[in-house]
Amino acid sequence: MKDLLVAYLRPHWRILAGISLLLLIQAIGNLVLPTLMADIINNGVVTGDTGYILQIGGLMLLMSVLVGVAAVVTVYFSARTAMRFGRDVRSDLFRRVEDFSLAQMHRFTVPSLITRNTNDVQQLQMLIVIGLTMMVLAPITAIGGIIMAIRTDVQLSALLLVVVPLMLIAIGIMVGRAVPLFRSMQVKIDKVNGVLRENLAGIRVIRAFVRTAHEERRFAEANAELTAVSLRVTRLFALIFPTLMLIMNGALIATIWLGAGFISDGSMPIGNLFAFQSYIMQILFSVMMAVMTMMMVPRAAASAERIQAVLETEPEIDDPEQAVTPVGIGRIELRDVSFRYPGAEEAILQGISCTFEPGKTTAIVGGTGSGKSTLVNLLPRLLDVTAGGVYIDDVDIRDMRLDDLWTQFGIVPQRAFLFGGTIATNVRFGRPDATEDQVWDALDVAQAREFVDTLAEGLEAPVDQGGVNFSGGQRQRLAIARCIVRDPLIYLFDDSFSALDYTTDARLRAALARRTEDRTVVIVAQRVSTIMNADKIIVLDAGRIVGTGTHDELVETCEAYREIVASQAQLEGSR
Amino acid sequence: MSMRGGPARRPGGPMGGGPMGMGMGASDEKAQDFRGSLRRFGARLRPERWIVSLVVLLGTASVFLAVLGPKLLGNATNIIFEGVVSTMIPAGVTQQQAEAALRAQGQNSQADLLASMTVSPGAGVDFTQLSRVLALVIVVYVASSVLSWAQNYLMAGVTNRTMYRLREEVDLKLGRLPLRYFDSSSRGDVLSRVTNDIDNISMTLQQTMTQLITSVLTIIGVLGMMIWISPLLAVISLLTVPLSFWITMMIAKRSQPHFIAQWKWTGTLNGHVEESFTGQELVKVFGHRRASLAEFDVANDRVYESSFKAQFISGIIQPAMMVVANLNYVAIAVIGGMRVASGSMSLGDVQAFIQYSRQFTMPITQVAGVANLLQSGVASVERVFELLDEPEEEPDADPALRPDRVDGRISFDDVSFRYVEDVPLIEDFTLHAAPGEIVAIVGPTGAGKTTLVNLLMRFYDVDAGRIVIDGVSTMDMRRDDVRRCFGMVLQDTWLFEGTIRDNIAYGAEDASEERIEAAARAARVDHFVRTLPDGYDTVLTEGGANISAGERQLLTIARAFLADPAVLILDEATSSVDTRTEVLIQQAMAELRSGRTAFVIAHRLSTIRNADTIIVLEHGRIVEQGNHDALMEARGAYYRLYQSQFEEPEEAA
Repeated sequence: MKDLLVAYLRPHWRILAGISLLLLIQAIGNLVLPTLMADIINNGVVTGDTGYILQIGGLMLLMSVLVGVAAVVTVYFSARTAMRFGRDVRSDLFRRVEDFSLAQMHRFTVPSLITRNTNDVQQLQMLIVIGLTMMVLAPITAIGGIIMAIRTDVQLSALLLVVVPLMLIAIGIMVGRAVPLFRSMQVKIDKVNGVLRENLAGIRVIRAFVRTAHEERRFAEANAELTAVSLRVTRLFALIFPTLMLIMNGALIATIWLGAGFISDGSMPIGNLFAFQSYIMQILFSVMMAVMTMMMVPRAAASAERIQAVLETEPEIDDPEQAVTPVGIGRIELRDVSFRYPGAEEAILQGISCTFEPGKTTAIVGGTGSGKSTLVNLLPRLLDVTAGGVYIDDVDIRDMRLDDLWTQFGIVPQRAFLFGGTIATNVRFGRPDATEDQVWDALDVAQAREFVDTLAEGLEAPVDQGGVNFSGGQRQRLAIARCIVRDPLIYLFDDSFSALDYTTDARLRAALARRTEDRTVVIVAQRVSTIMNADKIIVLDAGRIVGTGTHDELVETCEAYREIVASQAQLEGSR
Repeated sequence: MSMRGGPARRPGGPMGGGPMGMGMGASDEKAQDFRGSLRRFGARLRPERWIVSLVVLLGTASVFLAVLGPKLLGNATNIIFEGVVSTMIPAGVTQQQAEAALRAQGQNSQADLLASMTVSPGAGVDFTQLSRVLALVIVVYVASSVLSWAQNYLMAGVTNRTMYRLREEVDLKLGRLPLRYFDSSSRGDVLSRVTNDIDNISMTLQQTMTQLITSVLTIIGVLGMMIWISPLLAVISLLTVPLSFWITMMIAKRSQPHFIAQWKWTGTLNGHVEESFTGQELVKVFGHRRASLAEFDVANDRVYESSFKAQFISGIIQPAMMVVANLNYVAIAVIGGMRVASGSMSLGDVQAFIQYSRQFTMPITQVAGVANLLQSGVASVERVFELLDEPEEEPDADPALRPDRVDGRISFDDVSFRYVEDVPLIEDFTLHAAPGEIVAIVGPTGAGKTTLVNLLMRFYDVDAGRIVIDGVSTMDMRRDDVRRCFGMVLQDTWLFEGTIRDNIAYGAEDASEERIEAAARAARVDHFVRTLPDGYDTVLTEGGANISAGERQLLTIARAFLADPAVLILDEATSSVDTRTEVLIQQAMAELRSGRTAFVIAHRLSTIRNADTIIVLEHGRIVEQGNHDALMEARGAYYRLYQSQFEEPEEAA
């Protein structure tokens, strides 16, 4: 955590120094006020000097306003610094992640990266806001308070040796018990919410199997467990406040009892009793605040660690120093390509050599885990090969600028992801300057016009983030339209027709074929019917090519392909 | 003294909670009918009313004692002060003589001060009396703390039991709501009501209840003591109350728009981050990196600006309150000092008063904070009440009928149904399925094939006509009995968090180990399960994400095998399952079908051809009905569907 804070707060060191100074002023002001009060009593009240009382009163007033102004300025700068810290860390995180390769994304996982950029940064931001005030002010006040207390009366200050440790021990014990309870409570809350989430997701199944009563029992159990832990937490808290109050009040009583002795033997003026009481209160309050804020530190440290892990990861894929401009034909060649995920035992692709020709449709088939998606992701350098090379028109793609490389591609990923916005903005994502006609045309080819037409708002129909307000099939068609409107040199379809029924699938591919006559088309699919008319089919098995050719050739020569076809034929029955 | 982070967790927010859940105005959701909802929620505490009364009683006693403390300590100070003064008077001189002597010297104010005390000259501090007073104070404070603890302890029970009951009520309610409710409202919204909102209520309840009681009582008690000690100083202190409120209100009002902007932009920012990371490869390949960064920077800057302003402005409140408190302190010190000097007030009272005025500001700020927290809590309460107020399913027929034996003879007699009142869907639909027959339901993607399932299972009730199972109308049966007749295998496989064994046994709770394994074998998933390190004890995570889609489907088939229903509802998979697994699924489904009446939502023609009846749907409506040959002859929708599927290979390039 220290490195991260130092790195991002160093530019603000002048402000931080200023804040420290202001906090010092506040602490001193707060400590001087009781001294002045003691003066009023010792020199004003006891002697009946009204003028003196008013004079010191004026000084106190001035002091309070000064402390107030200092506090406001502190808040201004600490809020600004903390929020700037948050802004800068978020910005660097976001930029870094945007440059990550697919493998790096997988390693961190997308949800975790999102959390790091949002919640984790917020945790640290919060710590800084509070840290810049409380964690500086509390120690200054505590130390200053101790100094002032000793100055006021050395003998009476011995009391601090008892009270402060007592306070620390009391808080320590209770915090020590509270932390594991909190953790356990969070687990129980998650469990209750988990059961509810399951029940909502599976409501049809639960009712179909007449298991409502069973689910209610399951919920009641989780609910009872949560309540039991929560009860322990709240009961612990019920103890904390009265205990702390008792310690503070006890300290006051002890001050008066001991103080009375010193006053009586003339070693301390009576006004100092008041000042001393104020100091002891301030010291105890500071200790309390410091401990409370310290509780935030472990959580923030964990957040900082997660953030740092991202910032310290260099993007694997970067522009070359000397870039070659692409030729623009679109012939892709893989030369002895292997790929292995970092840390994985086995390579997911091994010794792959093949070509994808312009004007042809090349299909890739194979079972789950045979490496189809990985292969497709190597082509636009979403992943970098671990051996061999990918060449487009005989140029190694690692020698192209990434932007130049990517302009040649249009992709439809396995998970048809849509962005929040409208249908139009989603299709135009593929080509920002597309005219309305071009958008409709792309929707036509993608067989999406029919359902877009039924929407009241047409192209302007809102799309929720991820496209969750559309069915799987509709999402896939929109994702395909987004690719078509781009009219790229190379089309990559990663299992992009799976959610379509056979009729729509067939129509879509027929329309697409007319559109991509001189383009390089790469299709990954599960269904034989989707790919059997491809110009070339590449059969993958366990990361190796086990067959290449047309459907008819492969049926003759390739055992693995025959198996796939046979299993499909079994499914199709009548065909 | 709460250690539980920022209040006002934002229900349903993009990431559960925005940044800096602290400060004023953190409650971004306002209740619509604050008082009404609060009262209604208050009624939920009725079962606890005796304990709540006891809590209030204990609280009153605790606060009374706590408030008494400073006054008693003031007495102790007076004893010391009198002791100090007494040593100034030589022994043998009476108090009156000393007083007269002072007046003679023209020191009138000192004489007044002396006149207000009772001193025995030369005696020094009366330690016996002091120890008696301090012992009393100790007893008072200990008693106050113990009572306060007892109060909080009891209240912990009240709040936790209340939350337990509320959660239970919501869960039971979910069981009684019709499917229509779940279909017509977004799952995220319902989920947010039953999780985030309830958590928020629980937090609010725990943080506000005791605080509110103690704070209000303390304000009253302290105010009483202040007036008793010195009406003049009390008036001065009271002046600071409206001043404090006014300052708080003014600042809160100014910070509110910034907090709203902060929530809004944080939502935008988080949404953008989520989207950009999830669709990262699209952003890259489609060349949107720069645009995405620009969009991020705009939102990021807005978040910075608004959160900085919100944080700063709301952060002024505390220093401002401190200045006000210090002003009050100075005023008391000055005026009190002059009053002591003039003998019209004792030093101990001034000291007590200062302590009271300190105790006075804390509960006021607490009440302000609680009011804020309450806003957000009550908004959540309202959202939960909305759910609880939803109309429930019609109660089951009473007395309910049951078919003597379920053979799987199903008929639809003139059934009409519509989801929306003026959009007719199914009109006068009639269908008879004999035991063992197959009814196929076909139609393009999104044609509403699940509607018939909804009616069969009585997830929805028919508007007219009836559905009869072996001679008994489903409307005359208990819903549970209707559903026991069916087994269902849906494309959207649902597995719960638990072992594979428990998941298979979901349809038959007390099934023996042998029967579970037999069902798994029939569903062709036994082999797969045995390859897992923990076999049937493998725990599936929520949604069953740790096994593939195909295997999940096989498990749900095993579940249907075990339940052994007379009628089946099958939804064939189209999702990306590799072909070998798909063959297994098809085999298992075929075996499951044999000897049972089956309603099959079909995507493949093989099933359709052998079906006894084919129902063709378009736009949610039944457009054709008959067997394969009859429908082909009719040359209607089915014919077209069939043709398009078989012409396809020639057309595609």
